[in-house]
Amino acid sequence: MADKILLRLTVNGEPRVVEVFPMARLVDVIREDLKLTGTKEGCGEGECGACTVRLDGRIVNSCLIPAIQAQGSELITVEGLATGEDAHPLQTAFHHHNGAQCGFCTPGMLIAAEDLLRRCPHPDEAQVREGLSGNLCRCTGYVKIVDAVVAVGEGRTA
Amino acid sequence: MIGTPAIRKEGRAKVFGRSRYTDDKTFRCVLHGATVRSQVPRGILKAIRFGEGIPWKEFTIVTAQDIPGENRVAAIVPDQPFLVEVGTEIHHAEEPVLLLAHPDKFMLEKGRRAVSLEVEELPAVLDLGASVEAFKEINIVKGNVDAVWAHAAHVVEANYRTEAQEHLYIEPNGMLAIVAHGDHQDQVTVCGSLQCPYYVHKALTHLFNLPGDKVRIVQMETGGAFGGKEDYPSLIAGHAALLAWKCGKPVKLIYDREEDMAATTKRHPSRTRVKTAFDAEGHLLALDVDFTLDAGAYATLSSVVLSRGAIHAGGVYRCPNTRIHARAMATHTPPSGAFRGFGAPQSLFALERHMDVCAAKLGLDPAELRRKNFLKLGDTTATGQLLKEDLGLETLMDRTLQDIGYAEKRKAFAALNETDQTIKRGVGFSVFMHGCGFTGSGESYLASVAGVEGLADGRVAVLAASTEIGQGKDTVFSQIAAQALKIPMDMVDVAQPDTTVVPDSGPTVASRSTMVVGHLVEDAAYAFKQALLQQGFLTEPYTPEAFRDAVKRSHARLGAMKCYAQYHNPPHIVWDDKTYQGDAYPTYSWACYAAEVAVDTVTYEVKVQDFVANQEVGRVINPVLAAGQIEGGVAQGIGWALWENVEWKQGRMANNQMTNYIIPTSMDLPRIRVGFLENPHPAGPSGAKGLGELPMDGPAPAVLNALQNALGLLRLDEVPMTPERLMDRMEVARG
Repeated sequence: MADKILLRLTVNGEPRVVEVFPMARLVDVIREDLKLTGTKEGCGEGECGACTVRLDGRIVNSCLIPAIQAQGSELITVEGLATGEDAHPLQTAFHHHNGAQCGFCTPGMLIAAEDLLRRCPHPDEAQVREGLSGNLCRCTGYVKIVDAVVAVGEGRTA
Repeated sequence: MIGTPAIRKEGRAKVFGRSRYTDDKTFRCVLHGATVRSQVPRGILKAIRFGEGIPWKEFTIVTAQDIPGENRVAAIVPDQPFLVEVGTEIHHAEEPVLLLAHPDKFMLEKGRRAVSLEVEELPAVLDLGASVEAFKEINIVKGNVDAVWAHAAHVVEANYRTEAQEHLYIEPNGMLAIVAHGDHQDQVTVCGSLQCPYYVHKALTHLFNLPGDKVRIVQMETGGAFGGKEDYPSLIAGHAALLAWKCGKPVKLIYDREEDMAATTKRHPSRTRVKTAFDAEGHLLALDVDFTLDAGAYATLSSVVLSRGAIHAGGVYRCPNTRIHARAMATHTPPSGAFRGFGAPQSLFALERHMDVCAAKLGLDPAELRRKNFLKLGDTTATGQLLKEDLGLETLMDRTLQDIGYAEKRKAFAALNETDQTIKRGVGFSVFMHGCGFTGSGESYLASVAGVEGLADGRVAVLAASTEIGQGKDTVFSQIAAQALKIPMDMVDVAQPDTTVVPDSGPTVASRSTMVVGHLVEDAAYAFKQALLQQGFLTEPYTPEAFRDAVKRSHARLGAMKCYAQYHNPPHIVWDDKTYQGDAYPTYSWACYAAEVAVDTVTYEVKVQDFVANQEVGRVINPVLAAGQIEGGVAQGIGWALWENVEWKQGRMANNQMTNYIIPTSMDLPRIRVGFLENPHPAGPSGAKGLGELPMDGPAPAVLNALQNALGLLRLDEVPMTPERLMDRMEVARG
């Protein structure tokens, strides 16, 4: 196994340095080295989307990204959505709509929804369904999640 | 409070990513655990061999010989070993044989792969049809079906089957164990992802031969369960604890997705033969059901899954002559387990499909055939249960058919299907019920307890072992307690399920948390208020501030005041386990679901275009959370109906990955339109009944009935009706 490297990256706006193996999975770096356990692992093969994070402006499944690929990059996790105790509108909307049930898909779902709204600020239901189709939820049947995202696109949280 | 869409209590922590699930908790010195499994479906374990080139001295290794207490876990009967012992029989290919722990996950995996087993293989029964050993057999008899067949105007007989379904909670199973070695006795603590803290507690007291107070089970935030974290967590907790006990360090045993899918339980596959007799007008005269479940290698919960399946096999119809013969069969596959619906989705699929087959054969609309036969107030079910409530099945059905536009769509699609050779459209529905709470005498045996405690800051805490698994238990219990105490919800805390803190309120299963435990919470809250009144801390009427002050003063004077309530079976509920006669459930929830489908006859792809789910669940405590439960259950039901297929290879799941076990995405589902008809029932708090499992029962028959409407009377006898299966059926039909 290759030696550990110093991985420098900006995490939720703050510069961080961690010593990790170059081929360590980004999800493990996030959870174990950066101690940001909001990001979840559901399948380890890029299918469920629970580990979705934003890396240099694009959303990725962090279970599929080797650490070295994140060298020098800018990383946003669910912990980076809120401003202190002020929730991001999507977080408020998910909370008010019951978009989070067991909550395990929620961090990845929120990151994916935030990305969708950047690309498509006022999505209709079909656009939200397509935009979130890479994130699996087993509790909600997606209705409340879709409603929450459409609401934020319309400038509402409730 | 009750009846309002109160916002999820733990929701803010969840959307901030702050909720602590099992794998989020860690210690610097934690070891990681792994499980070596049997890999062959049947044989005698001769030896365990450790490969070369692995620093085995760095590993903690646990075999059956290390077990200090009983090497058996009992869901109901103690037949399943925690670890297979050398010299004994392997009963399925995913049996735990050996446990390993190591500080480094990568070395751990190398070690796991370097262990090999010497097994003398034996012939295995991998097909339900080939099994001759039943774990449980049930007969429910009413009247005499055999006297009917010869004189009936119509006799219709058909076979139905349902396959295994994986729960696929997004958080895989996992446990974290810590064992403190004491001078006299060890103290075992396990934190984990689980539904039933006291099931795990009981399993570990036997495994370690320890008294109850030396075993502590704590539920962490749990990322979905659906029955999949009911019985198997006892094994995982035992394994983690054995490793921790042997090495003296905390051990984390987190399953990856492949292991979770392959090794943990699934919905029981079923085979059902239904034979019905009708008179010339379409009145049901006789119903004969032969219902078989594949239990897998151990008894686990199969006898009670079978019981619920058998009782629901008669559905929502009045029938003077009924015979239900049900068996849970042993095979050499991993044990089947609890899964939302618990046997009822299987038997209701068969019956509700059969009703549409019969309607076609009798030349009646499915709605008219059902309308002639619905159970009504004053009727008795197959078990002889007298129905004392107005069921309103016709209202439910009519409203659902109206909501989906049944009559217009049937007409329009018939015309469209004539001209469109590629896309065929159809609309179908199902009518069904789900028994609330444990079957028969289950609740009396459990005698659950829940409590309310006064806190130093003047708020109260609900004490119950019921687990929050995404369904909204924390919120609903808060609403119930707040209503009873006439205080706002934020003055109610819900204690984390920890067996050193909360009483045994039974498992979080069987659509029982709101109705049964919620009722106990309500009773305990009333008792708590009464105690405050009687001891002079509080006088009525009072404000929330006065209540807070009263609790504070009582706490300062007397310490934490706790009031408990225990379940007692109402005297009018009578059940006989031997004859299977009596009140199978205190009450039922009732529903009618309708689906509209479009079938691509080139690709055999089925798209569910619209879905209406109307139900009567007594009083709805929280309409938003309740709708969330229904929507999620319907999604799971549609998945089971069309896509979720377990591929078996030599008794093992071959497609144990999310990549090739297909659950619905947001694009695969329509907006699920949920409606509630309210009819408060005295069995539950403020009239609430159970609803968690109900939505699993209806979608599969509704979707396949819609397929029948789209495609005609094909052999639509199985779920999941994958494109491959549908192609097979359609090609046979085309000749």
